[in-house]
Amino acid sequence: MDQNRAPIYEALQRFREMRVVPFDVPGHKHGRGNPELTAFLGEKCVSIDVNSMKPLDNLCHPVSVIKEAELLAADAFGAAYAFLMVGGTTSSVQSMVLSTCKRGDKIILPRNVHRSVINALVLCGAVPVYVNPGVDRKLGISLGMQREQVARAIAENPDAVAVLINNPTYYGICSDLRAIVKMAHDANMLCLVDEAHGTHFYFGENMPVSAMQAGADMAAVSMHKSGGSLTQSSLLLIGEKMNPGHVRQIINLTQTTSGSYLLMSSLDISRRNLALCGKTIFAEVVEMAEYAREEINSIGGYYAFGRELINENSIYDFDPTKLSVHTRDIGLAGIEVYDILRDEYDIQIEFGDIGNVLAYLSIGDRLQEVERLVSALAEIRRRYQKDPAGLLSQEYIDPEVVVSPQEAFYANKKSLPISESVGCVCSEFVMSYPPGIPIIAPGERITKEILDYIMYAKIKGCSLTGPEDPDIQYINVLA
Amino acid sequence: MEIWFSEFHTPDVKHSIRINRHLYSEKSSYQQIDIFDTPEFGRVLTLDGNVVITERDEFIYDEMITHIPMAVHPNIQDVLIIGAGDGGVVRELARYDSIRRIDLVEMDPMVLEACRMYLPENASRLDDSRVNIYFDNALRFIRRCKDEYDLIIVDSTDPYGPSEGYFTREFYGICYNALHDDGILINQQGSPFFKHDAEAMKRSHQRIVKIFPICRVYQAHIPTYAAGYWLFGFSSKKYHPIDDLDARRWEALGLVTRYYTTKLHIGAFYLPAFLENMLREVEE
Repeated sequence: MDQNRAPIYEALQRFREMRVVPFDVPGHKHGRGNPELTAFLGEKCVSIDVNSMKPLDNLCHPVSVIKEAELLAADAFGAAYAFLMVGGTTSSVQSMVLSTCKRGDKIILPRNVHRSVINALVLCGAVPVYVNPGVDRKLGISLGMQREQVARAIAENPDAVAVLINNPTYYGICSDLRAIVKMAHDANMLCLVDEAHGTHFYFGENMPVSAMQAGADMAAVSMHKSGGSLTQSSLLLIGEKMNPGHVRQIINLTQTTSGSYLLMSSLDISRRNLALCGKTIFAEVVEMAEYAREEINSIGGYYAFGRELINENSIYDFDPTKLSVHTRDIGLAGIEVYDILRDEYDIQIEFGDIGNVLAYLSIGDRLQEVERLVSALAEIRRRYQKDPAGLLSQEYIDPEVVVSPQEAFYANKKSLPISESVGCVCSEFVMSYPPGIPIIAPGERITKEILDYIMYAKIKGCSLTGPEDPDIQYINVLA
Repeated sequence: MEIWFSEFHTPDVKHSIRINRHLYSEKSSYQQIDIFDTPEFGRVLTLDGNVVITERDEFIYDEMITHIPMAVHPNIQDVLIIGAGDGGVVRELARYDSIRRIDLVEMDPMVLEACRMYLPENASRLDDSRVNIYFDNALRFIRRCKDEYDLIIVDSTDPYGPSEGYFTREFYGICYNALHDDGILINQQGSPFFKHDAEAMKRSHQRIVKIFPICRVYQAHIPTYAAGYWLFGFSSKKYHPIDDLDARRWEALGLVTRYYTTKLHIGAFYLPAFLENMLREVEE
């Protein structure tokens, strides 16, 4: 297919030239009805914030330009079909789960999944079978799934319908995707891949294998993360085994009927850019990340980790664009470095957790900003370095799933002071955001370890989200 | 026929200079570089359409950024200059025999090349044996230095552009670390007159006062810069710009200058009320 084409973008250009008189929604009528907004976002932008119509197709049931854009995206990503998504990668992930799992079905997944996965389980009533991803002791980060662990989970749960894998994790860790896909397929299970952080795997050279290349059945791809499209736009890719009509129905259960053309055109233009220039773009990003790692490691104290971690199994591969830095050895929690960078140096990075920070490098970065980041880290070390004794290191807490997330979420519950909740079954999420990986999820037993971890994260300044009580003094548990 | 170069000092204020000839126009990996020949200001160097120096008024800038610290610190031997690819600052510094090393870090080799070709007077001392030229990102260069210099001069372009990184807290921090215990940092602080410039000036002052114990701002009148009114920052670990001025020592050197005098040195630190207020606001 001709990847130079961008059908939605082209249709919007034509639409603009036609100067159509709008007696339809949206009511701002090409921005005229909201001059303040138009001045802020620009006339060009608001004039294409339009509704579905014949010349522009309809996201719920694409037949022309949106369909062409989806076919081009499928071609670019090597998928059987690709769906443009406008509800974020959250909606792509949920559509994967809802397309494959019904109430009571088992799904095998690592515990360090994004909250959107467990949210989908709340919606559909599927039951999680967690595979312990293991933790790197020194870095305190969750790793990929080991092959043996997945094999055991499959053997112990032959009735499971799907296996879900992160490719990569937020920190850039990849599991042995090809092997896991094969194991799942051999056991007649589908393989779903959360590629929120892996768009570039489809275009860069010497990258970890992508879901479609590994033969997975579905993949949720955050085009807006490393792909350069607008926030909230995403792609859902499917393989040959999936029925695209069924997946479309599932998407339409929860997705808006007024898909934003700003988001869709951004997907279209970004896909074209990646297909045409992705190789060069990501070679530059990798070079920049490698340079940053070298410079940060030469400061001393920090550890910017990379491919040297690869161990053929739980760290089967590493995403070289991810710039994760272990900060514990300078005596600061990652979240503290994250806060200092923003408050004192006007540098916003992706996230900080207990032991690490992650700077997101992508298509839009320049070396001069990387120099600022490295210099600021050097300064933080010079000014704040202290004895790391007493800093908690992150441990994997093996969850005890007592009831399914759906059952726990909808059950009768009571609110308890969090300190008195040990032993109870939690009915809500607690997570630190970002990365948005639940510390505890609905249906899991609350333990002292978990509470200690929550308290520590709170003290260090992590922003905790999830529970009904925004201050997290109280927590809902099964009555 | 009339050809005019115009620079917008704000979206509503334009400064124009009539041009005889466009001598040089190239795009480097960092910026658009142009050199014009003009009837009033002689040759004019612009980067991304902003006037950087003109033959006619560069002496004001180059003298004020160098002689002020040289007249305060009694023993400056090792100097680092950031930017200043036109060579004007080097030319002024090279007049001091006491200086034994001048390291110049410029990110854009093409600026230096263009200036050597079309502004030979400014670039005249770039080949002095004490001068070492490094083409590098300044943050990267300084990060590696500790306790190495007596004086750092930041002669950068405006904070909105490739030099943005030289107005940041991390930059001032690594400069502090690269200076000796009695070192001085001089930086161009922009103009306090138009709102957009004033905001940038306040932000950089706010950052610098958190790093150096002594931070003072001084002014000069430079016709081709925004509002004709320019500021420099004097940040120091030990020496006070007025109390430690040694006028007799400096005058004994017998340097001939066209703008700087030791009397003006003191006067330059006395600021108008609106500017004092602006600085006080961010110092608190």
